[in-house]
Amino acid sequence: MSTQDQTVGLLDNLALDLASGAVEVVDLTHTLDPDFPVIILPPEFGQCARFRMEEVSRYDARGPAWHWHNFSCGEHTGTHFDAPIHWVSGRDLPHNTVDSLPVQKLVGRVCVIDCEAETAADEDYEMDRAKIEAFEAEHGKIPPQSWVLMRTGWSKRRGADYVNLREDGAHSPGPATEAVRFLVDERDIIGFGTECIGTDSGQAAHADPPYPAHYILHGAGRYGLQCLNGLDRLPPTGAILLAAPLKIKHGTGSPLRVLALVPAAG
Amino acid sequence: MAEIGESRLPQPVKKNPQLKTAAPLVPPLRRSRLGLRLAGFAARGEFCLPFCSACEKAVWPPRDACPTCLAELAWQEVGNQGQLIAESVLETSPELYFRGRMPWRIGTVRLACGPSIMAHLHQQVQVGEQVEMGLHLDKAQRAVFMAYKNREGGSVNEDSQLRELTSDPKYRRVLISDARSPAGLALAKALAGAEAREIFAGVAESWRRDAVLDALEALDHVTLVPLDLTDSSSVKELAAEIGGKVDILIHTADQPRPGGLLDGSSLTIAQEMQDRLVTGYMRLASHFGPAMRGRGADGVNSATAFVTILSVYAHANWPSYGTHSACHAAVYSLSQCLRSEMLGSGVRVVNAYTGPLEQDWYESVLPPKLDPQRLARDLIKGLQQGLEDIYIGDVARDVASRFREDAKLLEIELTGGARE
Repeated sequence: MSTQDQTVGLLDNLALDLASGAVEVVDLTHTLDPDFPVIILPPEFGQCARFRMEEVSRYDARGPAWHWHNFSCGEHTGTHFDAPIHWVSGRDLPHNTVDSLPVQKLVGRVCVIDCEAETAADEDYEMDRAKIEAFEAEHGKIPPQSWVLMRTGWSKRRGADYVNLREDGAHSPGPATEAVRFLVDERDIIGFGTECIGTDSGQAAHADPPYPAHYILHGAGRYGLQCLNGLDRLPPTGAILLAAPLKIKHGTGSPLRVLALVPAAG
Repeated sequence: MAEIGESRLPQPVKKNPQLKTAAPLVPPLRRSRLGLRLAGFAARGEFCLPFCSACEKAVWPPRDACPTCLAELAWQEVGNQGQLIAESVLETSPELYFRGRMPWRIGTVRLACGPSIMAHLHQQVQVGEQVEMGLHLDKAQRAVFMAYKNREGGSVNEDSQLRELTSDPKYRRVLISDARSPAGLALAKALAGAEAREIFAGVAESWRRDAVLDALEALDHVTLVPLDLTDSSSVKELAAEIGGKVDILIHTADQPRPGGLLDGSSLTIAQEMQDRLVTGYMRLASHFGPAMRGRGADGVNSATAFVTILSVYAHANWPSYGTHSACHAAVYSLSQCLRSEMLGSGVRVVNAYTGPLEQDWYESVLPPKLDPQRLARDLIKGLQQGLEDIYIGDVARDVASRFREDAKLLEIELTGGARE
């Protein structure tokens, strides 16, 4: 059998597993909704545009047989992808924009670290290196070129509880500086994703460096995924993540549909 | 003969679903150009008549020259004191508007400044009494005179003929478009004092908690409603829910940001401002306007006013807040369009003009700055007086009078005329 035939066979098996339900497609995306919270910055800074939609026509005088909308939003609105150019540390890297990054990296293995209990106890929870090592002790070493997602249950929150803003800023979980360094330097991940508004914790402006997840990930050419939905539906290991941002010229990120291929339970 | 006395306005009753809503008929629209000029004064609440400075007397009706000495006449503010010398009660009329409102009292007032003028009569005044005259816009937004005993008197607005000329919040349901704005919070507090029946406070992004939201929630006479002026679906949904019971809409949204085209400019901030202020106004008007226009004669709590708080620099650009001025200029222009589209509905399109407010985004601006409580008080007073253009505070009045005097000179002054 030729190499080409073997490749076709591999994907045929995947197609059969998808058709039979042996492999499930899990949607990890929030609906783009005008009232979905975005990151809040001091008012003198530029702000992230909310998702908005205007009706162009609805089978009426504006377009008799068709219904469509114009929509607008920021690159970092809703469930979204951060490219390295998003952060100052990644500004000069090659292939650092959503239109130039290598698409091979947009599909990959995914490890999901369950931090729900810790987050329930402390909404400012920071996932440290020890937590990752404990995950590896149970599920094996994180393979190189994997996505790592931090499962916190945060996506079940709504409205004000989701942003969790107080006078001293937002309060939400994220990775500790040393944990991000470990994932990038010693585990060579593709990227890191969370259920919160940012890859960083709510209080990360006060960390060293400020916003360590953004700074370290993007400085090393790695990617971020934010506002993921329902990570409790993924196994700790064994799933494949599909996370392809829109191909925006010189784009720093984009809303996207994040899907996972998950072997059916049992 | 109609009964004269202290009868109060009837309390609004719940709508009878079997009865047709009265069509918003209006008094005659046709006026001469001089008559329209009078409407300009009435819109601002100024009691102006043609005046002969040689005879030191006002003249009525308007003429080309003084009927006594043939000197030129000039419009100017005159004293509004006079005596009611005759009255009639209209029992029938070929005018559809008046047919539905009979009996209707009119009379003749001899003004101390000269002429005798026909006027609508307040229920409190009787022939032979000293009266005050007011120049008002009627439901057709045309100027009429009305005589009352004391305009500032406590129960003066408890008069069905005067209520036709004003937009009094009493008994009415009011929507504040952006209650989180400084003016919005102040109005939410003040409207209860003006006996508004219900106050809907529009709040965007309830997921963003702040002290103003806490303050609004603590007001027990206020109902918070979700309203985001930058989101068409949000405006449409709220209009579908409460559009039929908004009697007064007060558009309070603002987003003052310093900066012009070259200095301190940010296109994203300007776009955001434009969407909130200009397109936001269009969203409000297109979704709430039609229902209000259909309810201009819907009883004692008919729809009566679509009010917008505008920067007085809508008239002439203030470069320190250049893009902000431009957005307000656009809304000012749209309000003129809306006035035309609302004409004949009995719903008044009211603009309240202000200078800078006492708030964070004007912290680098020298006083005088307008206190939001004063804004709320004067805006409500303007509605009670039936004004169409309300100028609130020294800055607004000064800029508006300079604009009327010489728009180009004002532009030169604002754009650096006084610079060394």
